[in-house]
Amino acid sequence: MDMENQRRIKEAADKYGQDELIIVLGGAEAEASGLAAETVSNGDPTFAGPLAGVQLGLKAYHIMEPDVKAEVDPAVYEEQVSLMEMVMDADAIAAEVKSIREQFTS
Amino acid sequence: MILKGRKVAILGDRDGVPGPAIEECVKSAGAEVVFSTTECFV
Repeated sequence: MDMENQRRIKEAADKYGQDELIIVLGGAEAEASGLAAETVSNGDPTFAGPLAGVQLGLKAYHIMEPDVKAEVDPAVYEEQVSLMEMVMDADAIAAEVKSIREQFTS
Repeated sequence: MILKGRKVAILGDRDGVPGPAIEECVKSAGAEVVFSTTECFV
């Protein structure tokens, strides 16, 4: 994840806390989405950015996870996301992000 | 509920779902966007 974005996420986490703040991802594939989910929960696994060794414990969800999609206005989802959903492996992405979330957050 | 009443930080993807599209989605679910960006993961 981009260094500047790591810094911004850390700021937001400090301000709002892990109970109030969640992360929503739009990553195009499973590995990168999982890496972002790991970075905001368990720290930067590449040890390159401000979140290296910093366990924020934030829950990250992908916008295409069924439980997230279910809460979005269907007309808005259709307009904003459905086209990309057809060309992305939504099932694999959702499974990876969920797996990371369950591994690193309570 | 995951989104309703929560603060949300968005990490969109230029090659996936960009930040502004996710913003519209989470706002429709009753979340407040506190940070939104669109990354290029390549």
